[in-house]
Amino acid sequence: MRTSNLTRRLFYWLSVAAGLVLAIVPLPDWLSPVRPDLALLAVIYWILTSPRIAGLGYAWLAGLLLDVLRGMTLGQHALGFVLVAFLTHRVQLRMRMFPILHQAGAVMVLLAVYHFVIFWTDGLTGHGYTGWDRWLPVLCGGLLWPLIVAAGDSLLRARR
Amino acid sequence: MVELSHDSRPIIGRDRPLGATFLALALASIALMVADQRYDQLERVRGWLSAVAYPVQLAVDLPFRAWSRLTESFADRSRLRQGNLELSARLRLANLQLQRFAALEDENRRLRDMRENSSGVADRALVASILNVDLDPFRHRVLLDKGAEHGVFKGQAVLDADGIFGQVSQVHARTSEVILISDAEHAIPVQSNRSGLRTIAVGTGDSDQLSLPFVTVESDLKAGDLLISTGMGGVFPSGYPVAEVTRVERTPAATFALVDARPTARLDRDREVLLVWFEPPAPPAAPDASAAPQAAATQPAAASGGTTPSATVAAAPAPATPPAAAGAEPGAATTLPVTPPAEAPQ
Repeated sequence: MRTSNLTRRLFYWLSVAAGLVLAIVPLPDWLSPVRPDLALLAVIYWILTSPRIAGLGYAWLAGLLLDVLRGMTLGQHALGFVLVAFLTHRVQLRMRMFPILHQAGAVMVLLAVYHFVIFWTDGLTGHGYTGWDRWLPVLCGGLLWPLIVAAGDSLLRARR
Repeated sequence: MVELSHDSRPIIGRDRPLGATFLALALASIALMVADQRYDQLERVRGWLSAVAYPVQLAVDLPFRAWSRLTESFADRSRLRQGNLELSARLRLANLQLQRFAALEDENRRLRDMRENSSGVADRALVASILNVDLDPFRHRVLLDKGAEHGVFKGQAVLDADGIFGQVSQVHARTSEVILISDAEHAIPVQSNRSGLRTIAVGTGDSDQLSLPFVTVESDLKAGDLLISTGMGGVFPSGYPVAEVTRVERTPAATFALVDARPTARLDRDREVLLVWFEPPAPPAAPDASAAPQAAATQPAAASGGTTPSATVAAAPAPATPPAAAGAEPGAATTLPVTPPAEAPQ
């Protein structure tokens, strides 16, 4: 038996919520610029596996909550999330056929788009930080992608 | 590889078209950003959303707090004893200084009464602890566990035991966000305790460093000088230590000297800070998070260049008396028992 839609939906919400919580858990100073965007990675994963469950609305809401949790300008992360979710939806048929490393590369492109949106809106609102280390989460997210796919797939398979 | 989806719903006539949803949501986020940034219209929305965020932030903070309480309760006896001894020694010293301050404060108030300006007496402080929550790694912001319910207001000054810490930039119901003086967007008007030179200290994004960009080459400032707050701009009470000058580099060809300072407050190590109220509680300038530092930056910048030390000589022993030149300063004398930095017991 396949994982039912309701459980998938539940997993989707819970994993993104967990990603949001992990986004504000304190890390040591040297580690905190590397912090991967787990909530966004969860959104991408669920759009690839179950595109009709993982819509844009929840991705947008997750981004908005991240804005509130981090005390940023409202809408910044929301815009990044919804843009990435949209792009993933557009390419998901192709992307899920990619071999895993290729897929990780594509995810890095998506993360780069997201961070560019944040960087750009940061600049517009006058918070510009131009150091190279603000792009580290892109690399970190790409490296984590195989692990996330493995975790998510085993979760779905265990429920069959 | 990612598993393929098996979805029982029909493909034709499913949800709204993707592009339209995307467009609507993207426009909504842009509208939110504009409303939040330009018009400051979202206080209420932010309030509701932060009510959702508050339990999450509390949940993240909880294990760290529990851990520190646990280690505290299991601290061994000798260490507690030693800490206790140290504290009582410090208290004795502080009390001694306080006795002198009481006299000075009375005198100060009398003098101010004579000038019919008895407004700036600090009255109230509230201890707030910093929540163990990471905000943006590239901004120096922290979240306090006190909010509007406790009377915290936007633009309120935040101090720690060693100096000025920052100011409140956003107030929620039970939490508030503080921008540290080391944030790259923050500027604070300061004055050299030795020469009386006034200038602006700007955050650098490094919690160990402030920079003083508007000090002319010939101005009287040297490494080791203590910088205290002037109270200009109405956000910070005057006379509190802000930073110590660490480096002054003068290039004869340049107009401005290269000056760095190290904040006296322990910006990256504090767990508890003080929110202070001083008269008048609402500063005259709009204490907008972004507007206040900018306003503060523009005001005295013009004066900083050519100020002669003779006009503004700070009182020698305690940095509590404001310069006589600034008559309209809102928050001046302070009664809070902050140790004077020159004689801080080590």
